[in-house]
Amino acid sequence: MDFKDSDTIPGPRTEDRLPHTAEAAVKIVIAGGFGVGKTTMVGSVSEIKPLTTEETMTQAGIGVDDNYGSPSKTATTVAMDFGRISITDQLVLYLFGTPGQERFWFLWNGLFEGALGAVVLVDTRRLEVSFDVMGRLEERGVPFVVAVNSFPDAPRYPLSELRTALDLAEEIPIMECDVRRRASSRDVLMTLMRFLHSLAMTGALT
Amino acid sequence: MTPPQRQRRLPAQDPSGRPPVERAPVPGNPTGNPERLFVIGGEAGGERADIDLVTLIVARTEPPASATPEQAALLRLCVAPLSVAELSAYLSLPFSVVTVLLTEMLAAELVQARAPIVRQKVADRSLLEAVMHGLQRL
Repeated sequence: MDFKDSDTIPGPRTEDRLPHTAEAAVKIVIAGGFGVGKTTMVGSVSEIKPLTTEETMTQAGIGVDDNYGSPSKTATTVAMDFGRISITDQLVLYLFGTPGQERFWFLWNGLFEGALGAVVLVDTRRLEVSFDVMGRLEERGVPFVVAVNSFPDAPRYPLSELRTALDLAEEIPIMECDVRRRASSRDVLMTLMRFLHSLAMTGALT
Repeated sequence: MTPPQRQRRLPAQDPSGRPPVERAPVPGNPTGNPERLFVIGGEAGGERADIDLVTLIVARTEPPASATPEQAALLRLCVAPLSVAELSAYLSLPFSVVTVLLTEMLAAELVQARAPIVRQKVADRSLLEAVMHGLQRL
C-alpha cells in the first residue's frame, strides 16, 4: 500500500510526549453545529497543537464487488479535531471537537459512549444549527452543558430566553463564553465538571 | 426579537441515534449508513480488539525485523504512551485502520494497551475531582 517511510513520520515533539506513568485517559466531547467554534475551543485549552483524526468510508459499499477500483467507487473522509490536557502524571484528558455533520458521529465507535460529558457550543446568530446535536446527546444519555460562544456581531439574548428556546431542563447549566480565550474555555469545562460532580452526588444519594 | 425555538425530540422517534435512512437499505447494511473503507487487512481478519479513541498505547519492544512499515512507524511513535487518536493523526491513517493494525500488534504482544476510564452510571467522584483540580491549574 501507499505508506510513507516510517522514518519520515513526524511524531509528537519531545515536550509533547506523555510521561511513562500515564495510565489512563478520559474524554470530553465539544459538540455543536458547523462553525460555532469547536476547533477554536479545543485549540485554546489544549497543551498540544490540535491534531486531526480521520475516518474514511465508502458510500454504503454499493458496487464494491462488481466495479472494484473503478472511478465510480466513491470514498468520503470525515475529520475530527482534538486536543489534550495532562491532568496528573497518571491521568490525561482528551477533548474532541465533533465533526460538523452529526450524521457521521457513528464512525468513531465510543466517541460519546465513554465520554465524561459534552459541551454544546451555540452561536446565537444560528441557534438552530445546534438543535440536532442536543437531540442526539439526549438520546444517548450523554450529560452536557450549553456554552453560548459570544461572537461580536451576534444578537444578545438573556440566558433565560435562550434556555427556553433550547428547551433546556432547569438543572442543565448554560453560560456565555469566548472560546478564543483559554480562561473562558477552561471555565466552560469547569462548569461541565461541576455539573457532572453534582450528578454523581445525586446519583450516590438515590 | 426572540431566538428560534428548538423542538425536543421524543425518545421514540429515533432510538438508535442513527441518521434517518435517506436511500434504499443495502443488503447486509440495513441502517443505510455508509460503510468504513478498510485499507489494511490483517492475517487475523474479523474480530477487532476493544480499542477506544483514547486508549493509551505503549510499545513493548523495538520494531522487529519482521515488522511491516506501518507497524514499525507505530512502534516508534509510542515509545511513550500515546492515544489511538494521536496515532491516527500522526500516521495519517483512519481510526478504523489503526484499530485493525493494533489488534494484530496486541495479539503479537508488540504493544500494550491502557484502557480509558469511561463514564459510569454513577460517576467516580474522585476522578471528577482530579479532573477539576487539573483544569484549575490551566
